[in-house]
Amino acid sequence: MNRFCQAAALLLSFVVALPQAFAQAPVRIGMTLSLTGPIAAPGAIQKVATETYVEDLNRRGGLLGRKVELILKDDQSRPDMARTLYEQLVTVDKVDLIMGPYGTANILSAMAVAQRYNKILLHNSFGTPRQAKYEMQFSTSGGAFDIEDVWPNLVLNAVGSAPKPPKTIAIVTSKFPSLHFISVGAREVAKKRGLQEVLYLEYEFGNRDFGPIASRIKDAKPDFIWFGAGGIDPVLILDSMKKIDYQPPMHFYMFPAPGPMVKVPEARNALAFTTFEEHPPFTANPRAAEFIKAYRERGAKAGLPDTSVDLLASICYSMWQTLETAANATRSIDDKTLAAWLRKNHVDSIMGRLEWGGPQNYVTGKDIYKIKQLQGGKWQVVWPPEFAAPGAKLLGN
Amino acid sequence: MPSLTLLGQSVLSGVFIGALYGLLGLGLTLSWGLLRQINLAHFALVFLGAYLNYQLASAGLDPLLTLAVTAPAFFVFGVALHWLLARFSVSPLNTLLVTFGFMVMIESLIQWIWTADFRRMENHYGNVRWKVGELYVPLPELLTLIVAAALAYGVWALLRYTDLGKAMRAASEDAPVAAAFGINEKRLALLLSGACAAFAAVAGVCLALSHTLAPAQIYAWIGVVFAAVMIGGLGNPVGALVAGIVIGVSEALTMALIAPAWAPLVSFTLLIAYLLFRPHRLA
Repeated sequence: MNRFCQAAALLLSFVVALPQAFAQAPVRIGMTLSLTGPIAAPGAIQKVATETYVEDLNRRGGLLGRKVELILKDDQSRPDMARTLYEQLVTVDKVDLIMGPYGTANILSAMAVAQRYNKILLHNSFGTPRQAKYEMQFSTSGGAFDIEDVWPNLVLNAVGSAPKPPKTIAIVTSKFPSLHFISVGAREVAKKRGLQEVLYLEYEFGNRDFGPIASRIKDAKPDFIWFGAGGIDPVLILDSMKKIDYQPPMHFYMFPAPGPMVKVPEARNALAFTTFEEHPPFTANPRAAEFIKAYRERGAKAGLPDTSVDLLASICYSMWQTLETAANATRSIDDKTLAAWLRKNHVDSIMGRLEWGGPQNYVTGKDIYKIKQLQGGKWQVVWPPEFAAPGAKLLGN
Repeated sequence: MPSLTLLGQSVLSGVFIGALYGLLGLGLTLSWGLLRQINLAHFALVFLGAYLNYQLASAGLDPLLTLAVTAPAFFVFGVALHWLLARFSVSPLNTLLVTFGFMVMIESLIQWIWTADFRRMENHYGNVRWKVGELYVPLPELLTLIVAAALAYGVWALLRYTDLGKAMRAASEDAPVAAAFGINEKRLALLLSGACAAFAAVAGVCLALSHTLAPAQIYAWIGVVFAAVMIGGLGNPVGALVAGIVIGVSEALTMALIAPAWAPLVSFTLLIAYLLFRPHRLA
């Protein structure tokens, strides 16, 4: 009898301890980022943002009480590598969830893998929403389904509010797919709004010499220049314009690397898209304020030359916020459960409200993007006015 | 119809970028033509030189004076690289693979030290430009052109008129026969390899003066510089410079007159045309 009691007690303790042991098992989340290759600069920013979020999440007790184990791989800025690595994350690493990489082409690769294995895919930088046809993909960038219409209208509304609104426009765009797609949209929108197009140029991604492009812009004498440019191209364009003593009039760059732009005097009053800047009303959110502090510390340790939180870091942070919110709301990390919840609900991220109730899990006709301007060596939101930095107004050159 | 100012400024821009192609190609053409080594690590060395220049200039050193540190250091690296390749008797084709490995390693080193983010050197040279008629001449680009021309013609003259240069050409042509005439082929090869690496340091300074740096940009220059080197004739420093300028001007005029998106086709179209009509020059 005594032996029986001992065995029963042992069995009971095992039964009680077993679920706890399982509860302690971490949630394994896999993703890739471009840590090397041509888009490694934004990749480095998103790595810092991701690690900052995961560290904070684990400090707060993890996801549904389980620690999060991040499995982060380098896709080398290559879509083929991203596809292979996501396949590996699902089949070899057997992660519970996957999160999207950076950049349209890599996300498209990850999406194909997610679709094959019925995994939910949250992503934050997909530039051609019409190609996102998988029903369990969710963009957390805050961009609309029809960005080729919404974004150019946002920009032209902003410059239209300047003391001297432009009458002519030059559109210069990289052939990088998402930048090109939106710039072609800008062409249509400008035409509809009655702006005279005095120059339209396309250049290849990786262009080295912007001298002749700068000369053509100077020759065309536009009131407003739309640059479908990202990364370092805006700095190279500005350098080339400086060399021919040309200060652009109102000038907009789609997604410039924010740090280097700040150091270029000719970039004064440059406009760009953003979702978040380090000033009110964004910093009024306590989580945003905490994130800025933690991101700055981690970014400095990682050697980032610019440690301010703006678009790239905020869209990445919001992707993780979305996952956490959905998991907490459903008390689940099941892919289909999370996807079903996201389709019917919204998430209040540090950038604003994210929703997915429209076509292909996007919203149409509006989004949360804003226009920032480089004023006095600082990026500040100037449009829409309700999100403008205190006292900031859009300036012409 | 484009204005004359636009055309003139574009041609000038093409000459300047072409000079940089030639300068980047100088070490490559010498190692390929005279040492029979297709040294891909040369591109990574140029960028390493540019980053070191950025770092030293950020610490307050004049960008041009940084060469006093980088050029000798790179010379030693070049000597060591050649010693390694010779020690293991790496064939010309295999040098492509081995030096590709070095290129990746140097790229990783650059990224490890300076991160993948963009770096832009602030320097007083960048703010200097002159107006000549309606055209603008920026100092960093002018310096690049002067340095590229001086080095190309200097090396050409050295190879053509000095005993050292003649010995180098002889050793490249037929090493055993050259050795029979008392030429120390191994020592000359080490010297030449070191010089090629030192030229990479010079090109790095010019690159940092006029361009924003990122580790992955190493690869963006390979195609066009290879085209300049092949069109210019292997081992011909002036040829690489002239070919670089022809490519640069053709690209610039394509951008000014047709469309910037067509510019990348220019270098390879010229290369293919050249290979079709004068293939023997590559031998």
